[in-house]
Formats: sequence, C-alpha cells, structure tokens
Amino acid sequence: MAWAAVALFILWCETGGRSVPQMHLFPAAWTLPIHQWIGEAFAAFTGPSQWLFRGATAALQAPLSALQAMLGALPWAVLATGAILLAYRASGWRLAMFAAAASAYVLVGGYWSPTMNTLAAVALATPLAVLSGFGLGVLGYRRRWARDVILGLLEMMQTIPTFAYLIPILVLFGFGPVVGIVASAIYALGPMAQNTMLGLAQVPPSIREAGLMCGCTDRQMFWRVEFPSARRQLLVGVNQTVMAVFAMVIIAAVIGGSDDIGFRVLQTMRQAQFGQGLLSGLVIALLAILIDRITAGFAAKAGKGARASRAWFMLAAAALLGLYLAAQVAPALDRFPSEWAFSPAETLNGWLLAFVARFGDAMTAFKNAVIFFLMLPLRIGLIKAVSPFTWGFALTPVMIAGFWAVVGIMAGAALLIGGRWRLSCAILCAGWLLFFGTTGVAWIGFAAVILLLSYQLGGARLLAFATAAIAFIALSGSWADTMQSLYLCALAVVICILGGGALGVWAAENDRVSAFLRPILDALQTMPQFVLLIPALMLFQVGEFTALIAIVIYAIVPPIRYVEHGVRGASPEIVEAARQMGCSRLQILRHVKLPMARPSIMLGVNQTILSALSMLAIAALVGTQGLAQAIYVALSRADAGKGLVAGLSIACVAMLSDRMLKAVSRRA
Amino acid sequence: MTGPAVETKLACRNLWKVFGDGADRAFSRSRGETEQKVATLRGGGLIPAVSDVSFDVAEGECLVIMGLSGSGKSTLVRCLSRLVEPTAGEVIFEGRDLMKLSGAELTEVRRHKMGMVFQSFGLLPHLTVLENVAFPLRIQGKGDADRRRRAAEMIGLVGLSGREDAFPHQLSGGQQQRVGIARSLAVGPDLWFLDEPFSALDPLIRKQMQDEFLRLQHTLKKTIVFITHDFLEALKIADRVVIMRDGRVVQIGRPADLVLSPADEYVARFVADVPLLRVITAGDIEEPVPVSLSTNGSVSRDAPLESLLAKLAEVDALPIVESGKVVGQVTTHGLMKAVAAASARADRGWSLERA
Repeated sequence: MAWAAVALFILWCETGGRSVPQMHLFPAAWTLPIHQWIGEAFAAFTGPSQWLFRGATAALQAPLSALQAMLGALPWAVLATGAILLAYRASGWRLAMFAAAASAYVLVGGYWSPTMNTLAAVALATPLAVLSGFGLGVLGYRRRWARDVILGLLEMMQTIPTFAYLIPILVLFGFGPVVGIVASAIYALGPMAQNTMLGLAQVPPSIREAGLMCGCTDRQMFWRVEFPSARRQLLVGVNQTVMAVFAMVIIAAVIGGSDDIGFRVLQTMRQAQFGQGLLSGLVIALLAILIDRITAGFAAKAGKGARASRAWFMLAAAALLGLYLAAQVAPALDRFPSEWAFSPAETLNGWLLAFVARFGDAMTAFKNAVIFFLMLPLRIGLIKAVSPFTWGFALTPVMIAGFWAVVGIMAGAALLIGGRWRLSCAILCAGWLLFFGTTGVAWIGFAAVILLLSYQLGGARLLAFATAAIAFIALSGSWADTMQSLYLCALAVVICILGGGALGVWAAENDRVSAFLRPILDALQTMPQFVLLIPALMLFQVGEFTALIAIVIYAIVPPIRYVEHGVRGASPEIVEAARQMGCSRLQILRHVKLPMARPSIMLGVNQTILSALSMLAIAALVGTQGLAQAIYVALSRADAGKGLVAGLSIACVAMLSDRMLKAVSRRA
Repeated sequence: MTGPAVETKLACRNLWKVFGDGADRAFSRSRGETEQKVATLRGGGLIPAVSDVSFDVAEGECLVIMGLSGSGKSTLVRCLSRLVEPTAGEVIFEGRDLMKLSGAELTEVRRHKMGMVFQSFGLLPHLTVLENVAFPLRIQGKGDADRRRRAAEMIGLVGLSGREDAFPHQLSGGQQQRVGIARSLAVGPDLWFLDEPFSALDPLIRKQMQDEFLRLQHTLKKTIVFITHDFLEALKIADRVVIMRDGRVVQIGRPADLVLSPADEYVARFVADVPLLRVITAGDIEEPVPVSLSTNGSVSRDAPLESLLAKLAEVDALPIVESGKVVGQVTTHGLMKAVAAASARADRGWSLERA
C-alpha cells in the first residue's frame, strides 16, 4: 500500500510535478549555511587555543626530528638486520626472508632515506594512538555511559573520510609532517579502543572470579588478571592500529610534504612518472605487509604463551652491536654504496609506454563503452545519456514508451505471476533511476523511497535516523554532491558484489582458486588505499572511470572473503543430507549453501559499501565529482566547515546504509 | 551427623539473591513468607536466584549442593564468598558475618582462608602451570622462593610434576583442572569451594578425578562446599547433600536419607537411577535385636547393603556392631522391604519424568 502511494507520488513528481522545481532539485533557498556555522565555531575555538596546538606541534616536532635523525644515522646494516631478527622472532624464517628481500629492495631501489622518515613518523604516532586508544577502551569498559559515547564517536570517525578530518587538524596544527602524525594518531586510536573494550569484555568470568578468590585488589585484578588475559586481543588492536597509522602517514603526504615515501609516490603520480610511481608504491606495499605480519605474528604468539629465552635476546643484541661497530670501520655497511643502487624505473616506463601504445586503443574503447553505456545512464539517466554522440542514435518517444513498457511488464510479471511485490517495486525503482539518472531523479521522491524503506526495515527508530541523515544532507546543501557520489559508489558496489560474489563462490567450491586468491586478497587488504590508485591511474588516466576501477579494486575484497567464508561454513551435515537426497552440486549451492551463507553474505555487502565509501574519498585524487571532490577542494583551501560538511554527508550515507543492512539481517 | 559434635565452619541464614534492576528496593518492600516474596519479586520482573536459603557446614564436612542448571546453585556458592553480593541474609564463617566485612577484610579472608575451583578452570592463559599455582601467593606478596616451593608441592599433590613449565593451552581438560585444584589449595584454605569442577570433563576422566578428589580429601580433610548436577557424583563424595530447585532448598540430608525418604517428587526423580544397594547402609535398615546375637559375621553401621548380600544369602540376620557391642541387626526381610520401597519410589520418579 505504502509503496503504491510512493510510486504514485513519484509518478506525479516526474510528470505533472516537474513544473514545481522544488520537488525536483533541492532548492538552494532552503539550505542552511551549516558549513559556515561549523567554520565560524571552529574559528572561534581555534583563535584562542591556537597557541596550545601550535605548541603541541613544536613539542612533537622535536622527537620526530630526533627519531628521523637517529634512524638516518644508524647504519643500514644494523637496521635491516634488526628488521630481519624481529620478523624471525614474530613468525619464523619465512617472514625473515621476506624482511631481507624487502630491505634489499628498499636499499637497492634507493628508497632507504624516505622509508626511514616514514617509519620515524609511524614509530612516533603508534604509541600515541595505542596509549590513547587503550585509555579510552579501558574507560569504555569500566563505565557504561562512556562506552556508548565512545562507540558512537568511533563509528563517526570510521565513516568520515580520512581527508575530511585532516582539515581541522591542518587548521589547528598547521602544515608539515607533524600534522600527519597527529592525524594518524587520532585516526588510528579507534581500532585500539575497540579491541581494548572487546578484549577486556571477553575475559572469561571464571578467570575474573579466580582472581577475586585469590584476593586480588582492584589494581592487581586489572594488571595481573584482566590485562594479561586480554593480551591477545590487545595485540590484535596494536596490529590494526599500526596499519591504520601507516596508511594515514602515507595519505598525510598530501598535506605534509616531507621527504617520506608517501610524498615520493604522490610526486611521481603528479608528474605522471608511472615507472617510479610503481616502484615507490611497491615500497609502501612491502612495508605494509611486513609491519602487518610482524605485529600479527606477535599477536598470534601471545595466545600461545610461548616465551623467548634470554639467551636469544642477548645474542640478537650482540649481533646488532657487532654490526654497528663493524659499520664504523666499513663504510659500505654504514651508508649503502650508491654504485650498488639500481633503479629499473626508466625501463619500466619504456615498457609501460609500449604497453599503452599497443593496447591503448582497446583500453580506451573499453573505457568509453563503460562510461557511455553504464556510468552516464546511471548518472544523468537514459533520457540525457542517449545521444547520437554516445549511443549512435537519439532517444525517440517510441523508445521511451518501449523502455517503460519493458519495465512495466517485468514489474507486473513479478507481481502477478511470481506474487513478489518487493521485487516488483525494486524493478520499478531501478527503471526510474536508470531513466532519469541518480542525479536527475526528483529528490523528494528518492528521499521518500529511502524513508519508507528504513521504516519498513527498522521501524520508527531507523526512520528517525534516516530523516535526520537526509535532512542534514539536504539542508547543508550537499544533496547534489551526495547523489553524484552515490552513483559512483552504487555502481562500484554492484560490480564488486556481482564479481566478488562469483569469485567467492568459486573459491569456496575450489581449493585451488581459494589458495590462489588468498595472498592477493591479503595484500590488497594490507595495502594503504592510496597505493591502489597507481595502477588504475597508470592505465586509464585521470577521470571517473579510473576512480571507479580504484574503488572496485579496493572494495571487491570483502564480498570475496565473506561469501567464501559463508559458503564454506555451511554445516557439513546439512550438505551431506542434501547430497543424500540427490541434490546436484548446483542445487546444493542454490538451495543449501547460499541460503545458509546469508548472514555472512549480508555482512560482506555491508563491508563492501563501507569500503567503497572510504575509498571514494581517496579516489578523489584521481578525479571524481561529488562529495569526495568537495572534501579534497576544501582540503586545499583549509576550509574546515565545507570539508566537515561533505565528510559528515558521506558518514551519514555510510551509517544509514549500515543500519539499513543490519536491519535486513535482523529480519532474516 | 553421627559421631562427636563438631564445630560449624560455615553457615548461611536466610540468604537471598535477587537479580534485576532495583532488586534491593523491591526486596526490602516485599512482605510475607518466602513463597509470597518470591511470587511478588517474580511478578515485578525480577529473578530470585537464591531464595531464603539456610544451612550449616561442619568443620571437615563435604557438603554437596545439587540441582539442575538454573536452580541457583552456582549463584549460591558465589554468595557464600560474596563473589556475588547477596541481597539479604547472613553468611557466617568461623563465627564472623562475612556480609559485615569491609572490602579489605573480605580480600584478606579470600587470600588466606578460601579456595575455589571453577567449572571452566579459570586459569590465566599467559602463565605457566607453576606460575598459575603460585599466583595466589604472588598476589599476597610472598617471596619468589617460597612461592615456587609451595607451588611445586601442590603440583606434586595433584600429580602434575614434570609439567610445571607447560602453558594451560598445552594441557588436557583433566590436567587443567588439576592445575585449578592445585591453585585453589596453594594458600592452604580452610574452606574449599568447588563449582562443578568435573562437569566439563569426559566421563572416564571425571571418574578418575573424583577418585583423586576423594584421595586428596582423605588426607587434607578440608571443609568443602561442592556443586554438581550429577547425583552419582554427589553420592560418591558427599557427607550431606543440599538439593535445590528454583533457588530454594528442597531437602538437606545424607545421600541415603534422600533415597529412603525423598522430600518430594523432584528429589525422587533425582535419585531414581541410583544404585540403591550401594547407597543404603546397614544402619539405615537397622532393626532392634530380639535376643542377644553372637558377634559372628558382624557388620558396621555404614557398610553398604551391597557388601552384605553374600552373607545374607547364607543367614537370615547379621549383627551390627559398634565399638565391640552388638547394637542391632540387619535382616534379609528388612533389606527386601527397604529396597522394594525405594525402587517403587524410583519407578514413580521415572514415570513422572516420562509424563
């Protein structure tokens, strides 16, 4: 009933109602200058307290410089050996070999000094993030009210794109590498706080009671019982925190601009030196994998309670000291000799050029096809996208009638033959969006669809949240930008879910595919998002299509993972029962495994959307329109108000979709 | 209890634990008898997990609290050590009301006088076996050498010598519980709580652990409160059994009392599959001696009937002898009657269970 009313309302909006422009485009006169308010409030706050933040900048600058100087002064042989020993300690000789290879690559490629600068920033930001996250987590664990507040804040922080809160930090702390450290520390305290709360809450009650019965005081209880029992989860938090710090330090190069590895990559991207870009991007990738595996290795060990012998440490320390002394007499061990360096950048550039020359036409054709037949219709609608230039013919009234007839027949068939009114509504909506495009549909109609959907999924509470989110987006004047971003994200999400879902099913049914995909997915997930831009940019130049590719590369990981996990997780007894009943392999998949994997698949969809939205902000670097671009522009102008409004709009979209999908899972 | 009068080690008087928001206020407002109070509290959406429980534990006694899951036995044992704060009532330990102790005093009592074993072991995953056992001593601030010596001794006591440096995850369930037992004994507690210590173990291991527990108790003679849902386990180790249902005590008595005169059908069902001849003792079916009987083939009061069968197949009556004097007799007739009555009750219990 309600859906019929909404459908009629939309019909009226798009026909008779077109004469009322307020229905169609959100009127500029209705918007509130929210970004100005934020900007002014922020300025009012910044003015008097600026000395404090600038003071903090200066206070952080000193240890950063000292750390960078120290890492720069230590002989490479000592640092590399230290990394190898650490890797060995964390998870054995295979990781040690990897550490050796990575160090060799960094040294030979001539990236040692920027790498050390990056590591200095990571080494400074990580303890800040870990300690503050731990403190927040303990507070959240101890006090119920604090937990609700902290969880709410963390959700916001995780959904607001990274660039958006670089801006206020930039305004507060000024330009320079310290901003990157502060931003990284704030960005990365979230996972630590969450894992701390989780870890402490997971301490089994019997362990806690055993502590009480042993007569522990409060302090003994925390430090001797709860804290060590939660150690494993805490180290998982440290692992996630280091990775977040690392990713953010790389991204902060956009504003920071010291000689670190992120800045190198950014520079090469701006100068279109893709050979160099690829090589320095690989440094980031190797570092990310190495840091991740080392910290994860220690986290995994913590659960086992194994301990290193003192002798091992003494031996390692002695080896490092010996190397240090040797480096004092042998300069080759101190500074890496430049004649040993070797960079295949030029060769790589040559290959790339040759590749582009050979396949450039095919790739352009592919790109244009996707843009003309998929992206444009979705964005501005068939009504505008179909033109002699793009499709080779103009849209005639007959064709329009034909289109609507097909949509109508499909929807009618779903309703009358299948009796599935939900499917029928979905078909009508899809037809409507495709015809007018996400940026062309009447805003009030779209809002009505979202509101009704949230009400039906999650009742009054979700409806209230959706109303607030839509009101914020519309009133702050971000509606058009939001729809622009939404189209890109929605397209990427659909591609990811279809492609990733298929791959996930394949991997679940075939061990070899799974084994092949796993390291690729691991690498994609550990990589800072920034690095993923390089190959997309290299092949397809600046533009929305490139952004789409980058988003898809990043966001395709969760559907593959979750679908595989869900399908593999189907209870073997039920699968056996189905086989015994004579189900074919496809039937088992369709009727047993996929339905049982549903909760996992829903989680995957949710993660895909969140990943796509977070990548969207990074993809602004290679050219998107909409919210992400608005943030990027605000960043270059240090406009905290505009940046935060756009960032909050993305956060609204993310939180709303997250809540809606969770409501769907709950109903199932 | 038979034998000389012994001191009461632990007692609880009218103990209540009510869960739910505003439980304290609701409880202080509720009036009337236990029944009425429970009904009022339930009506208010609260959960009375322990309702008006009173009993004594004598020095050196092994008291088993049993009931189905959800009957409040775990909450009750936690109230006794104030791991769970009781809503009302008294817990008197060595003459002192634990409810009136300050936090620091309570900590002292727990450190030196109480030990507890948990169903899911509650071992600290980051400590070795030795460190786990020494943990309560470390909390007390005992010196390193002292700790190690005492912990090693306890580990020897539970038969785990040689595994001192293993971590809990490297041990089997039975071994982990041995560590739990050693830890709970490390401070030499006067009062020993065991909360379903063997329920998480395989049946064979469970039996083995029960035997070892009996062996330990034989030498240590602790005052014990032992929780279980397994009546056969209770039979094996209990001096007395407290049967709980829905937070209330249904019956307290020696195992044989429960079998011979169950308070209600709930208890009857519990004891339904008990091996009667092993539980009922000569004393339970003792008859007066009509004429003086020779002490030939005499038995003691606590001999289980099972051990008399062979002799009773030969003669009609056996004399019961206490400190050299004949005090009564066991007759074939009496044995038949007692067993018949008990199995009839057991059958009723069974049919109830099936219904």
